[in-house]
Amino acid sequence: MFDVFALGPTGWGDEMLMGAVMTVLVSSSSLLLGITLGIVFAACKLSNFFILRAIAEVYTTIIRGIPELLVIYLLFFGGSSAVMYLAKIFGYMGYIELNAFTIGTIAVGAISGAYSTEVIRGAVNSVPKGQFEVGKTLGLSGYSLYGKIIFPQVARIALPGIGNVWQITLKDTALISVTGLVEIMRQSRIAAGSTHEPFIFYTAAIILYLLITRLSNIFFDSAEKKYSKGYVSKEAS
Amino acid sequence: MRFELMYESFFKIVEGIPLTLQVVLISTILGIFLAVAVALMRISGNRLMSLPAYYFVYLIRGTPLLLQLYFVYYGLSQFEAIRESILWPILKEPYWCGIITLTISTGAYSSEIIRGGILSVSKNYIEASGALGLSQTKTFMLITLPITVRQALPAYGNELILMVKASSLISIVTLMEITGIARTIISKTYAPVEIFLVAGSIYLVINFIIVMFVNIAERRLGIEKAT
Repeated sequence: MFDVFALGPTGWGDEMLMGAVMTVLVSSSSLLLGITLGIVFAACKLSNFFILRAIAEVYTTIIRGIPELLVIYLLFFGGSSAVMYLAKIFGYMGYIELNAFTIGTIAVGAISGAYSTEVIRGAVNSVPKGQFEVGKTLGLSGYSLYGKIIFPQVARIALPGIGNVWQITLKDTALISVTGLVEIMRQSRIAAGSTHEPFIFYTAAIILYLLITRLSNIFFDSAEKKYSKGYVSKEAS
Repeated sequence: MRFELMYESFFKIVEGIPLTLQVVLISTILGIFLAVAVALMRISGNRLMSLPAYYFVYLIRGTPLLLQLYFVYYGLSQFEAIRESILWPILKEPYWCGIITLTISTGAYSSEIIRGGILSVSKNYIEASGALGLSQTKTFMLITLPITVRQALPAYGNELILMVKASSLISIVTLMEITGIARTIISKTYAPVEIFLVAGSIYLVINFIIVMFVNIAERRLGIEKAT
């Protein structure tokens, strides 16, 4: 029964593992894009300009209210023409086609970004105002204020939330399989179709996802510990 | 923008609304029973009950819904025993496979919400109820349950919206609900933006109505909004 998972050309073992690597790669790049979007839109939500707040509100409402699959279809069918349209503005007339990895990263990144926005906004809000004021009183600004004083505190509070967003993002990448990117989901479908053994290949896919979840939990737990070093004793008491 | 196309496709996509709502409604109702059962198992204090419940929730929350759907729809049908069992008329239908998968999924997620709600009921109430001579079942029905509903409702509203979104996945197993129809029109007309706007707005309206109902229910039950 397990010889279908043999490594090399006789089995699907190495293909499934490559699928898992692809899932981790596309999830990580989506999470990074999402955190970037999250920082930008959280800044918009916290800004004093009504227009910026409204744009950020529309973005998070749309993403949270519309199925992920629709967003992926939009980018899958419309992504290349949108990029070509943008390129035309800058004078490039050629044909551009985005590959499945890029489309997947943009789509899942945009979804992930909406959740990150809320996490980061909440984290920034929970940093006491006094921290900003004291920083400014000490004459700090720019990187020394935000990079050295505010960011470490935001990171500590946001980390558990980002861990949840990672979990959601990881699972959302399964939907990119509809665009043809060969990650765990797509690979197990191909293998199931070719061997007529859907049950064991989908079971293998379940185990791979649970394994990635388990490993990332360990990673996030240690990261949380690292960032909350100064707080541990306080919380324990 | 091709507004005429948007206008035409609106009436086609609207035809998918009943199926979306039907699937969401049936799986939500079945899911509540599953969720309560799993939540009670988890807090039972008996490891034989709580461990399976814990692993069930872990399994469902740790894997993508699409994979669960494929597992039920394609994975189970591989076995002769299932194809010959009395369950086959149900398991061969994408419609029922979709409902089973969504029920299991919402059951796992909501069980966590319900568990949180039950655990938030103060021990004093339970003790007071015991002192008044109410039986365990009566205490659960008259004290624990109403407080749990109040506690869990805001989070459960979110879960309902997630269910509406999740129901779009059944389009992948050939069911023509909102997303399924939208996808067909996109691949015929190649107008992804227009169709996305139409289908997306329909989903937003559905979710907006759900939020409204949940808000009304919250007000009725006297839940104060944490702002």
